[in-house]
Amino acid sequence: MQFMLLFSRQGKLRLQKWYVPLSDKEKKKITRELVQTILARKPKMCSFLEWRDLKIVYKRYASLYFCCAIESQDNELITLEVIHRYVELLDKYFGSVCELDIIFNFEKAYFILDEFLLGGETQETSKKNVLKAIEQGDLLQENIDSQMRMFAGWRDPTECPGGNRIDIIHPPQATPPSVLLCAANFTTYSHNRFFFSILT
Amino acid sequence: MSDVVEKTLTALPSLLSLDSQPGAAKLSSTSKLGSFIRGITELTSKHEEEKLIQQELAAIKDQASSPNTSMRQMKELMVRAIYCEMLGYEASFCYIHAIKLAQQGTALEKRVGYLSVALFLNESHELLLLLVNTVLKDLQSTNLIEVCMALTIVSQLFPKDMIPAILPLVEEKLTHPKEIIRRKAVLALYKFYLTAPNQVQHIHNKFRKALCDKDPGVMTASLHIYLQMIKENPEGYKDLTGSFVTILKQVVAGKLPMDYNYHSVPAPWLQIQLLRILSLLGKSDQRTSEIMYEVLDESLRRAEMNHNITYAILYECVKCVYTIHPKAELLEKAAKCIGNFVLSPKINLKYIGLKALTYVVQQDPKLALQHQMTIIECLDHSDLIIKRETLELLFRITNAQNVTVIVEKMLDFLRTCQDDYTTIDLVGKVAEVAEKYAPNDNKWFIDTMNTMFSLSGDLMQPDIPNNFLKLLSEGLDSMEGDTELRRFAVDSYVSLLHGEPGNLPQCFLQVISWVLGEYSHLRTDLEPATVLKLLAKLLSLKHSSSETKSWVLMAMTKVCESEAGMDVLQGICETYCSSMDTVLRQRAQELQNLSLHAELKAKVLPQDVSMEPLEVDSSLSFLDEFVSEALAAGAAPYKSHHQRQEEFVQEKVLSLEPYSMSLPIDMSSCSIADRQSPTLPSMSSGLSGDSTDKAGATTLKLERVKRVWGREGYLAQREPAEEPAPVEAPSPVHPVEPVGEISVSQDQTLPTTVAGKLEKQQLASSLFVGLGSQTSVSLMGKSEQTPQRFRRKAKGQVSSSEVSKQTPNSVIAPPDSVDNLLCSILLDSNTDPETSLPTPKQNGIVPLEGDQSENDVKTLKTSLTMNNGQMAADSAQTEEPVTTKDICFASFLPADCIGATHSEITPLCSSQSVDLFACHVHKEQCLVLVVFIFNSSSTCVQRLLVQLDSEEVEVSCICESPVEEVKSHGVEVCHYSLTVKRPSVHLVVSGQVSFLMPTGTPHTAKFSYKLPLISFIRPLALSTEEYGTMWLAFSHDTKQNLTLITGLQDPLRATLNVLERKLHIHVVEIIGTEGIVACQLLQDQPCLMHCRVHAGTLAVWLRSPVPELPDCLLYHCQRALQEH
Repeated sequence: MQFMLLFSRQGKLRLQKWYVPLSDKEKKKITRELVQTILARKPKMCSFLEWRDLKIVYKRYASLYFCCAIESQDNELITLEVIHRYVELLDKYFGSVCELDIIFNFEKAYFILDEFLLGGETQETSKKNVLKAIEQGDLLQENIDSQMRMFAGWRDPTECPGGNRIDIIHPPQATPPSVLLCAANFTTYSHNRFFFSILT
Repeated sequence: MSDVVEKTLTALPSLLSLDSQPGAAKLSSTSKLGSFIRGITELTSKHEEEKLIQQELAAIKDQASSPNTSMRQMKELMVRAIYCEMLGYEASFCYIHAIKLAQQGTALEKRVGYLSVALFLNESHELLLLLVNTVLKDLQSTNLIEVCMALTIVSQLFPKDMIPAILPLVEEKLTHPKEIIRRKAVLALYKFYLTAPNQVQHIHNKFRKALCDKDPGVMTASLHIYLQMIKENPEGYKDLTGSFVTILKQVVAGKLPMDYNYHSVPAPWLQIQLLRILSLLGKSDQRTSEIMYEVLDESLRRAEMNHNITYAILYECVKCVYTIHPKAELLEKAAKCIGNFVLSPKINLKYIGLKALTYVVQQDPKLALQHQMTIIECLDHSDLIIKRETLELLFRITNAQNVTVIVEKMLDFLRTCQDDYTTIDLVGKVAEVAEKYAPNDNKWFIDTMNTMFSLSGDLMQPDIPNNFLKLLSEGLDSMEGDTELRRFAVDSYVSLLHGEPGNLPQCFLQVISWVLGEYSHLRTDLEPATVLKLLAKLLSLKHSSSETKSWVLMAMTKVCESEAGMDVLQGICETYCSSMDTVLRQRAQELQNLSLHAELKAKVLPQDVSMEPLEVDSSLSFLDEFVSEALAAGAAPYKSHHQRQEEFVQEKVLSLEPYSMSLPIDMSSCSIADRQSPTLPSMSSGLSGDSTDKAGATTLKLERVKRVWGREGYLAQREPAEEPAPVEAPSPVHPVEPVGEISVSQDQTLPTTVAGKLEKQQLASSLFVGLGSQTSVSLMGKSEQTPQRFRRKAKGQVSSSEVSKQTPNSVIAPPDSVDNLLCSILLDSNTDPETSLPTPKQNGIVPLEGDQSENDVKTLKTSLTMNNGQMAADSAQTEEPVTTKDICFASFLPADCIGATHSEITPLCSSQSVDLFACHVHKEQCLVLVVFIFNSSSTCVQRLLVQLDSEEVEVSCICESPVEEVKSHGVEVCHYSLTVKRPSVHLVVSGQVSFLMPTGTPHTAKFSYKLPLISFIRPLALSTEEYGTMWLAFSHDTKQNLTLITGLQDPLRATLNVLERKLHIHVVEIIGTEGIVACQLLQDQPCLMHCRVHAGTLAVWLRSPVPELPDCLLYHCQRALQEH
């Protein structure tokens, strides 16, 4: 695959992923041309387009157009299914996804895409595995977030339940060192736990 | 430990901010992004949007550059910057912050950092160099998430010349316990393979391990690499066919975990990937194809559910069935599938059906006949893409009888077409078929070409007008026909110019003026003055480009003859002699002078000689005098581009440290220039059609190059035009109608009415005429029988799409029994993907001298499976005799070879009790190949002749064959001196031995002998100064990092000593951490090496005047150090 674009019915770009090195100018030009061409097509028309020397495969889901560029000897039908699988993944992750989910959480949409397609090739086609990889990344985020928030008010590191009480680091002389120390411990802690959860 | 401290310190600011306001940071910034997005969506005008985003960008810039911004806030900023970039506003100031975020952030901030790097930068961006260290660090991290992130970014973009730095780490990850890491590592290596194939050469056997991985995801990922490698070299992977077939069988049978099902179809992506690989492997290889028939049949049978995904698999199956060696049963099923596609009411499937039909129609024109009515309907489809694909299909079935109708259809399409790419492509096709199959009708041909030229505008490959002019000038078979055609063209152009030439495209005007200049004298009733006036009209056109004008002036120079029209010329000359354009001025001068001197003109521009070849002095020897004069006058001697660049770099930087960050970009790019990967996916790759590939030809080719036709003769049988339409044609009652009428009626087709239907049937019969019903499966490669009107004498190179459809000529020799046995054993052990297979896959290296390890012997054994075509020299079958023979044969070495080191004596081949053995002897000035012929029978063998041949090696005979007689148990020796013609890692000499048995029956046997390049390497004694001057003069170079040998002594010295011993190179000097080394390839092809210890590795830079040499030598260096 050469690139993937998501855009709305109004022609607003929602996501873009380029798997071939192109200059920004070219990218803009390509995007503009393709959005125009695809929006001009009627619903009953073929999902495939010839564009320059590439094949464009596109599909509309509600107000969003998903559009992929492949080489002309590639299989158009499976590309349609790549799009569909991506939509399924988004749907599962966000829970009946809509355009707004993608607008406001586009970085999440990118993360999911990167777990599914890597460097223009399908990386993992099992829905379960892709979502597992994403959730592990998210879990890490939430762990740190919640624990940091939880322990933000704590002053004494020895009172941290479950924290690693062995001082790995000697607190710097500056005060207050407690916050610093606690966070450090918890970062390591959550990493360890994370490690564990992957192994099982 | 220090890692933890660092992490803690970076986390400090965010924690402090959290301390005061728990959770607030996250919320507020989310709402910042949220409100920004909302703000944008509420805007109505583009102008307002721009204002808001510029504001936002200014805010981001401000905050990002403030030292107080925490990584956490930076993460938020990056997300906002990504959004701005997506809307098309540049935020390049963020790039460096994105890299910093990836470098310094905690895991979750890193994630955003890496994401923004991937989105902001592209592969060639110089900032990427700053990412290398971060990636290195994360690859070594104990946190799996960080490793995953690093591998993800590496598989998307990584600077090419930095690959060696991380390659060992990525390789290591192939054995990681977590499948996600292994999978990502495989994809990263795939990326490396695409960008720099020779850097991952040495890990091919690890790919095999990935293929046998127990996790389906890792295995699937490895198929990307295999597909690519097999595309480049199908012969090298034939032995894996069995494994691929087994995998596919298991997938089809549903043996994979349920997760891999997609709409209850088992792992469709995997299936398609495998089918692609199989079709590449089975292409024109009957034996390999036979292995896969069963599983293809199974796939076709299983995929019957009514869902898109099964159609996708079916389509790939059909393509595979038609690509591999044909089997009637499968073809029949595949044809049925295509039929279902074409007839499907779903437009996507119809399109796929047409595409499949286009793909197979050359093999099986009958299929097109079966679906002719559908095809006709598709021709008038409202969706242009369907129309376009149909034309593509028609283009493939064009022949002398239907060419007029098909060209008419194509021109119709061109009239409505607005897309430049399609226009260029289609114009090329029109020109091709028109020239190839034109009926015996000058009017049609010239008219078609005229329409084509005027429709195409200036969008066409430059070789189309060139070819057309060439065709006119070189002429056809008969003189009369030529003159007729030329006269016709002149007439047609004169009438065109009488009309309104203002709308004609430039290249057409150029064609017109050339033809008029060259051939208007053929029309005796045409006054030169009239022609001049017409041409003058072109000059006065507003939009004529200066190039066109110079063509016109040239034409005028040819035409002007007498006093007539002198006044017109006079004016023109005056105007253009003072033109700002130097070319035009020159042309005008020529015109003025030649028009005054008729004699001179007759000499310079004789009529009717454009077909005579011109002699071009490409060495520019006529300038020698000028050059020597200039040199004598003190001018600087000419330096090649490379040399100049080199000197420029020398001035700028003193250190030649190959991998330092301070390296100027131009230098690193020059050093990797020859490593451009041909497989790099590019927007321009895979152009369809013939015409688009001929960009190289921009000028008229005057010399007669021997060229080959592209699509010639795929339809061998041709029925006469009068013959009623074949069986499937719905109404044989309607005979072929004249072209004009059909195309007229076609314009008003109404599908519902009877009349419309009749018209369609008429059209069908005119379109599909000539597609005989007695077609067989393989019509490819047969030559056209119908005489062609415009058979051009030559044609441009065969396009890439053409190549892929043609049968390669490679013939696989039937393997002999030993190979077969070994092969099947290996296949058997390969068949189960669950068992990991540690097959070392190195193309057998002939061990040299006595110092090879056990390991090499093993390599020898397995290498047999690689070249199962011919019997290889390094076969394992007679390992035992080798040692015994070695002793006795050594005494037969030629006198002048005694004392020099020689390789082990290996068996070459044996046939009818004659055994051939060979070894190579390293002499100072040459490499001698010694062939021992041993007659093990009890009778004499006569007239023994050994012939050697090689593409890479030049063989010159020292002792002459044939040997008249070899006595029973006698030994004869032939020796040959070898020099390298074209370096490669291994050089193969193939040969043939023929002899007569006492009974008089002749026998021959083939053999091949493989030599490592190092046998041709000799030390080159140089002084450091000489080295310096030579270094600058060489243009082909390669850089790579090698592992250092650590020992008691200085690692650089130790490493160089190993190389010196193993590769016969000469260490010129070692200064501190740098060393320079020189060697030569026989005969006299130097290669210089610059080594430097850098960050625990040996950074090597090789240079040579021979293009392939540095790469090959590097390979051997790598190997020598690995073996150590």
